[in-house]
Amino acid sequence: MRLSPAMLWRTRIPRYRLVGRECLECGRRHYPPRPVCPHCGSRRLRDVVLPRTGTVETYTVIYTVMEGFRDRAPHVIALVRLDDGTRVLAPLTDVDPSGVSTGMRVEATLRRIRVDGDTGLIGYGLSFRPLMEPRQGASK
Amino acid sequence: MRKSGIVGWGAYIPRYRIRASEIATLWGWEPGVPHGLGVEEKAVAGVDEDAVTIGVEAARNALRRAGVDPARIGAVFFGTESKPYAVKPSATIVAEALGITPNTMASDLEFACRAASEGMRAALGLVESGFIEYGLAVGADTAQASPGDVLEFTAASGGAAFVLGPAGDSVAVLEDVYTYVTDTPDFWRRGLSPYPAHGEGFTGEPAYFHHIESAVRGLLEKTGLRPSDFDYAVFHQPNGKFPLRVAKKLGFPREKVLPGLVTPHVGNTYNGSALLGLARVLDQARPGQRILVAPFGSGSGSDAYSFIVTDRIVERQILAPRVDDYIARKTYADYATYAKMRGLYIRTTF
Repeated sequence: MRLSPAMLWRTRIPRYRLVGRECLECGRRHYPPRPVCPHCGSRRLRDVVLPRTGTVETYTVIYTVMEGFRDRAPHVIALVRLDDGTRVLAPLTDVDPSGVSTGMRVEATLRRIRVDGDTGLIGYGLSFRPLMEPRQGASK
Repeated sequence: MRKSGIVGWGAYIPRYRIRASEIATLWGWEPGVPHGLGVEEKAVAGVDEDAVTIGVEAARNALRRAGVDPARIGAVFFGTESKPYAVKPSATIVAEALGITPNTMASDLEFACRAASEGMRAALGLVESGFIEYGLAVGADTAQASPGDVLEFTAASGGAAFVLGPAGDSVAVLEDVYTYVTDTPDFWRRGLSPYPAHGEGFTGEPAYFHHIESAVRGLLEKTGLRPSDFDYAVFHQPNGKFPLRVAKKLGFPREKVLPGLVTPHVGNTYNGSALLGLARVLDQARPGQRILVAPFGSGSGSDAYSFIVTDRIVERQILAPRVDDYIARKTYADYATYAKMRGLYIRTTF
């Protein structure tokens, strides 16, 4: 699995910072960024930083993983509805598949998504993990 | 008092833990060895984590507390001995992920466990000289240890990050700092070696103790302060015992060390070690308190800092998860799973 420097470089901002696009015609958002609004077909779009928290709408558990993902198996991929309504497809991490459920609260995190062997590039990108809220009040 | 300080702090500890007793059983160590090291369990990075992802998490928490526009950060220093790339900076990945690029300095520093502390010193200096408004220092490691080595009980994953800036915006103002380094070969790793080597007992007296004691005594002499002037004392913590012993030698009571002692719970996170301890102290410190922090790096050197906590700390403590939140959030892994997470199996690509 060779990772292309150009591809990683071109897509780094959306992958690192959860930057999507908002349509200036219909006002709806999408991720990852596309040149045309998937909702209305407009090309009048602007980049937006999307909220980092959301809810699992649905998910699947992949046992027959693609080459290079055996150490992640079973691999959980979820459709997450971010708190602004944008839907994002991304891996869930830091969870056992038995602990995943629809409706669970998650937050975006930067993780290794793909690694090109021992000598190639490391592709960092978006994953979601169970939400950890800061507690109120002082600790002992 | 100097003109710079800590504006925001952040921690990150991976979710997974392995019990020291499990490592002892697998490798046939005498069961009392982990207790002798003062470590019950250690944090293990997940299969998709590395020093960069850990550093990004800690730095994101530091930025949340600092409340500073990332574009105003003019330097990113990344201290680690677990660089994902031998050549290609980790600091630029962290800076890009957090929106600090492109108008910033960025570099990776290496000084065993003390590199991030040098990054703090450099950033504080750049702030005071007026070259930058704010700087970010990150210490993060997925510490390596040869399976079966005594180091495996403690070598852990985690990190801490600090936004450094002007004293007027600080939660802890720098009072003074003193650094002490020599060429002491107590712990090292050659270029293509996957695991570090160490000088066994030599890591103690001539390395850890001599350098921390010299740095702290240097700071006390320079400032005229005494151990009784400090409310907290945080030392590099390669195990659970050394920090308490060096504190005793320097005249700091145990109660001032325990709030910043995290290694018994999560292991030694190398560049995160003393700095996670500092983060845990900042999580609970009150305005007016004085903090001593003395990271150490093999090779060898130590910095002794004195910080004075300001009124701003209280409102920022609740803005991000605390070290104790991360300590409490855990999932145990058995040795086989830990070995997979840390890449200890020899395998072809599947």
